[in-house]
Amino acid sequence: MTTKLFGEPVRRREDARLITGKGRYLDDIGHDALAAAFVRSPHAHARITGIDVDAALEVEGLVALYTYEDLAGPMAEPLPVLIPHPQLHAPRTGYPLANGEVNHVGEPVVMVVATDRYVAEDVCDRIVVSYEELPVVVGVDAARAARSCVHEEIPDNVAARHHQETGDVEPVLADSPRTLSFTQYIERSACMPMEGKGVHAKWDADDDSLRVYTSTQASTSVRAAIAAKLQLSLDKVEVIAPDVGGGFGVKIMHPWPEELLIPMAAIALGQEVKWSEDRREHFIGSAHERQQRQEITVGYDDDGRITALDVHIWHDNGAYTPYGIIVPIVTATQLVGPYALPVYRVIVESVYTNTVIVTPYRGAGRPQGCYAMERTMDRIADELGLDRAVVRERNLIQPDQFPYDHQLTFQDGRPVIYDSGDYPGLLDKLRTLVGWSEAEQLRADAGARGKLLGVGMAMYVEGTGPGPYEGGHVQVLGSGKVLVSTGLTSQGQGHETAFAQIVASELGVPIEDIEVTTGDTRRFGYAVGTFASRAAVMSGNAIALAARGVKEKALRIAAEVLEASPEDLEIDEGVVQVKGVPGTSIPLRTVAVLSNPLRYAFDEAARQATQFAGPGDDSKPPVAPGDAPGLEHRDYYSPIRSTFASGAHAAIVEIDPATWEIDVVKYAVVHDCGNVVNPMIVEGQVHGGVAQGVGGALYERMAYDADGQLQNASFMDFLMPYASEVPDIDIDHQQTPSPLNPLGIKGAGEAGVIPGTAAIASAIEDAVGRRIASMPISPTELYDLVRNDSSEMTAAAQRRAGTGVMA
Amino acid sequence: MKPAPFSYADPGSLDEALEVLAEEGAKVLAGGQSLLPLLSMRLAAPATLVDINRVPGLDAVDVTDDGVTVGALVRHHALLHHDAAARVQPLLARATANVAHPAIRNRGTTVGSIAHADPSGEMTSVLALTDGSVTVAGAAGTDTVGWRDFFVGPLETSIAGPAVVTSAFFPALPPRSGTAFAEIARRKGDYAVCGAGVVVTLDDDRRVTSARASYVSVGIVPEVHDLTEAVAGAPVEKADWAAAGALARTLVEPDTDIHASADYRRLLVGVLTERTLAEAAAEASARATRE
Repeated sequence: MTTKLFGEPVRRREDARLITGKGRYLDDIGHDALAAAFVRSPHAHARITGIDVDAALEVEGLVALYTYEDLAGPMAEPLPVLIPHPQLHAPRTGYPLANGEVNHVGEPVVMVVATDRYVAEDVCDRIVVSYEELPVVVGVDAARAARSCVHEEIPDNVAARHHQETGDVEPVLADSPRTLSFTQYIERSACMPMEGKGVHAKWDADDDSLRVYTSTQASTSVRAAIAAKLQLSLDKVEVIAPDVGGGFGVKIMHPWPEELLIPMAAIALGQEVKWSEDRREHFIGSAHERQQRQEITVGYDDDGRITALDVHIWHDNGAYTPYGIIVPIVTATQLVGPYALPVYRVIVESVYTNTVIVTPYRGAGRPQGCYAMERTMDRIADELGLDRAVVRERNLIQPDQFPYDHQLTFQDGRPVIYDSGDYPGLLDKLRTLVGWSEAEQLRADAGARGKLLGVGMAMYVEGTGPGPYEGGHVQVLGSGKVLVSTGLTSQGQGHETAFAQIVASELGVPIEDIEVTTGDTRRFGYAVGTFASRAAVMSGNAIALAARGVKEKALRIAAEVLEASPEDLEIDEGVVQVKGVPGTSIPLRTVAVLSNPLRYAFDEAARQATQFAGPGDDSKPPVAPGDAPGLEHRDYYSPIRSTFASGAHAAIVEIDPATWEIDVVKYAVVHDCGNVVNPMIVEGQVHGGVAQGVGGALYERMAYDADGQLQNASFMDFLMPYASEVPDIDIDHQQTPSPLNPLGIKGAGEAGVIPGTAAIASAIEDAVGRRIASMPISPTELYDLVRNDSSEMTAAAQRRAGTGVMA
Repeated sequence: MKPAPFSYADPGSLDEALEVLAEEGAKVLAGGQSLLPLLSMRLAAPATLVDINRVPGLDAVDVTDDGVTVGALVRHHALLHHDAAARVQPLLARATANVAHPAIRNRGTTVGSIAHADPSGEMTSVLALTDGSVTVAGAAGTDTVGWRDFFVGPLETSIAGPAVVTSAFFPALPPRSGTAFAEIARRKGDYAVCGAGVVVTLDDDRRVTSARASYVSVGIVPEVHDLTEAVAGAPVEKADWAAAGALARTLVEPDTDIHASADYRRLLVGVLTERTLAEAAAEASARATRE
């Protein structure tokens, strides 16, 4: 049985190819291409006073050099603000190559094209750019203090002031039985895909056409950007995402300067040009995310029920805002999580700093929002001496409250209305899975071993699958092969498997016959992209609709041949048959041949089809009005709004009080993404997300110094967790189908990362009894915290020590 | 991240290697695990890489009662699994187990990491702790250089002019002695935030006569700290290893970097000293029984 595969843990079909070195990544393309390299700014903020290339011109193998002066037309204009927003009142973007000023270390200044990358870097070494250094702004606090500014015309460094409120928060806070306020920080990390960015461009002068391969999450939009910026007709530009070695968000940002400059050079030189980003470039020339300062005031009653929440966040957006304020909006709107908040006000001030730009990194503002909300829950519980799970439970939206309207506006401009969910169910499952009620026993056991043990939890709701649309195309060939394509791209998520499962189930064909193509504008021209946990929701449903269209046509054709009604037919194992009448059947591949009245007998399939072909009706055209030759269908899925997945994580940490090493000894995940296409893929997504969550909580940080130099721009010093640092993960599932889409699914891509920082901060705080208000945290920082007499002791720790007022 | 242009030579003899090394800007390549990343990041740009992997006679581990001589081409992996070497000087296997990851141990050479003189290297520390030496072949002949004279600064040795460090000699563990080696790293296999290797020696009555330690990622050159005064004469079961740890904390001068503050490193020096000394003492005691 290989056709009813929806919901089955089918092994990923792409893995054998990818893990045996048969993947085709960007750098595998164009062996003979010229290579590009960039002279990038060594200063965080400076005016360019001169570019001396004389010494570079002597390097053998140099082909071309480009500075801002060489850019013309739209290329000489600032890069686009991809997603404008009325509250982004002072957007700024850079130029493909710096135009007189640089605003972060790593900003491209000169592009060098040479015979290979080695030579290109030799040339870069010999180019002398002179700079006049300007004052540098690093970090949200410096940006906010605004003693100096990133962009001269923006003296307060504020790019946007995003503001949403669901009512008048101040009087409610004033009337609340209790309130508490606190400030906390979260630091910068980054996507860090194993494969950096990369672009290969080839110009066909005879055809006046351009083919671009780019390691992107949005090939259709890169295509449009290239066409616009290089003034080419869209039909003369093809953009293909080959195998992409991870994205995690950084490749949804587009067009990167290099995505425009490499094609520009390829056209100008009439030769293939390739740029393959190296790791240092990726650290300083791509994007980061996550730094925020969060000021939170919450009103609540004696039972821990929230009466009002007031949040003011300063969000570090780096040097420019090409991706608009998506991350601040996501933080602002997803912060509310699974909780019913009577009144909520949020202000996110998005501020410029002289650092790498900030664009979505898996979670895209949600980890920060979750950190704000969940740490608020922890604080309320601590103040009241209540179980942290109980405080959460008392504030949860109940299963009978769906659809639940938060009165907020989401990143897609649509209302934040939760479609479905069962949050008490998640919490119950989590408590069981992690053994929440045994925490005190575990703490005592660990204490006997000389360890400090703590437990923490965090819940989240994730808006997934935002529109506006994705499309799918399904075509059955006469060979029986089923071609499936969608415009969005793949970066390792298992789309070749999941989409094939959907088609196998919808169409009744063996999965072995199905071939899936993604991210190739030659095959599908309209797409939005792979981000916001949207591929399964958007393309999954679009492909399902396309498959249903194919099925309908197949049954119509087969019904004529088999002299039956389409309703009496079914397709199984690639054969159309009359239900309950064995032997009365026709292979789907034969139906495909019959669907095209032009049937040259090139192959056996066409010859076989002739036995079914009727004489034809001379009174009708061979292709009926409204019909089309071929057994194929294209369809689109456009949701009314996002669907909301949810989950709950818990972490148990053990801390060595001699060395302050932090060990996550247990990590539990309860996850609800509605109907599941492939539980193995979902679990893989959760595992990867948790790994990044642990990384963000305990290891990763962009270590900028006050001059805006990134101190750890290598994998030696930027500490992504190895497998040895990622805990074993216990997963339980809950399935609350989405009523919004035909398949009832919700997105799963980002879920695993969202609550990591919040849950682990909570667990560490529980273990050491000191307030954790800045994440990530490393052993050396934990040591500083616990030996600092002024660091705040939690009320729970005071109670445990018998010293607190509530002891 | 592509190296600047360089010439490459792979001489078939030591003499030939020294000849090429006499050229301006020539540098020895053995395992390449430190050098090649430096080249790729263009933090080093030697004119010529002199690959000594074809030079005969440099790939042996020679074990005698006096100690272990490790040839310049011996990989960490080989030393880690060399039972005879471990019997004579147990620190070799204990320390190499902490060198990075298997892929790096398979290529990286122990002598290369010593010649690289990185104060966060395990084997520099072990060479010091065992009071070892290196053999340096130069134009004028072959010299034995003690570790104190060899390590001059971070990534800096006393080698001047064309020379190849052909081997390192680690003296045998004295009788009634035990060793231990431990590290704390942010991630498994990373450079240590702090590491400690120790040797404890007992007298015939199982009283502590010597306790010495050397640290990893602490200070700019390897040092050996004598902690004996904190535990001298104490019966092995009753020695106050915590006092030795406290003493160690006063002797070291660690630096702050993005991974750890100097204070935190000092804390770890104390903890690791106490833990490793206790472990080494237990081993010394057991060995005393066998001996």
